[in-house]
Amino acid sequence: MGILSYFRSKKQTSASVAKERLQVLVAYERSQRTQPDYLPQMQQEILAVIAKYVDVSTNDIQINLDEDCSILELNVTLPEKS
Amino acid sequence: MAEIIVVTSGKGGVGKTTSSAAIGTGLALKGFKTVLIDFDVGLRNLDLIMGCERRVVYDFVNVINKEATLNQALIRDKRTENLYILPASQTRDKDALSIDGVEAVLNELAESFDYIVCDSPAGIEKGAQLALYFADTAIVVTNPEVSSVRDSDRILGVLQSKSRKAEQGETVKEHLLLTRYNPGRVEAGEMLGVEDVKEILAIPLLGVIPESEAVLKASNQGVPVIMDADSDAGQAYDDAIARFLGEDREHRFLNAERKGFLSRVFGRKS
Repeated sequence: MGILSYFRSKKQTSASVAKERLQVLVAYERSQRTQPDYLPQMQQEILAVIAKYVDVSTNDIQINLDEDCSILELNVTLPEKS
Repeated sequence: MAEIIVVTSGKGGVGKTTSSAAIGTGLALKGFKTVLIDFDVGLRNLDLIMGCERRVVYDFVNVINKEATLNQALIRDKRTENLYILPASQTRDKDALSIDGVEAVLNELAESFDYIVCDSPAGIEKGAQLALYFADTAIVVTNPEVSSVRDSDRILGVLQSKSRKAEQGETVKEHLLLTRYNPGRVEAGEMLGVEDVKEILAIPLLGVIPESEAVLKASNQGVPVIMDADSDAGQAYDDAIARFLGEDREHRFLNAERKGFLSRVFGRKS
């Protein structure tokens, strides 16, 4: 502690690394928890339809459903025209 | 009508049984008729922590299977009045506990007890789900450590979706009990602090139990650590019980032991 920790404090402490990792993870797991069970499969099927016409990959699609299932938000990142 | 409290955590080894023993004893010491139920079928440990392992004749599963009456299976604590223990079975049959069986036993206990404290097994499988299913209140035991915090958040998810209260559209009351806390390491940036854990889990804090030699000493002797009124952990549990019962007590043991003048002056800069 003391003077030594004064120099050390410029680096991130392991506890703050732990907190950041947890915040990201817990936020992600909570969002997974609240979504309905059919969402992953629906995502796959929508993607399959889009893939018939445009060249997209799984990572290019994002589906969000708000909690009371009233708004379905669908984001598809289309490839840039080459 | 009895209040059903589940002591749960997801992760193992964080202090569920130690906390259950302390909480049950603490409530009984305040004059409430309390029963401690060990839900950890197969691995029975609450009896050992409570120091009544040699008085176990019948257990929870015997009562469910009607091989014994509740009165035959309940062990009256020798030290604390108003306190009873219902030990877990050591059967290897994982399906020994049924939801209807548990409900029947809890209903019978609710007729004569003020508090029913359920010591949950680790994990988020059937045993842990049964322990929390009927709960009115959950005490989530967490260590300031990444895997424990994550598992606590998962068990909170189970409480909010798979408990009876959740199914009825109500909520289980949630409390955070942070155990094995080392203020020195928190100050050195080596351990998550109480505010960090509170921020991540976002549930009200019931108490912080410092990492303490008294806990092992108490379990060696089969005495709940709350009985060791001179110890830091014992006092911290006592505070937690007072808060649980609605008293406003300040959190203690959050700061490291007093240091020398120089290191205090320099230590503050970090």
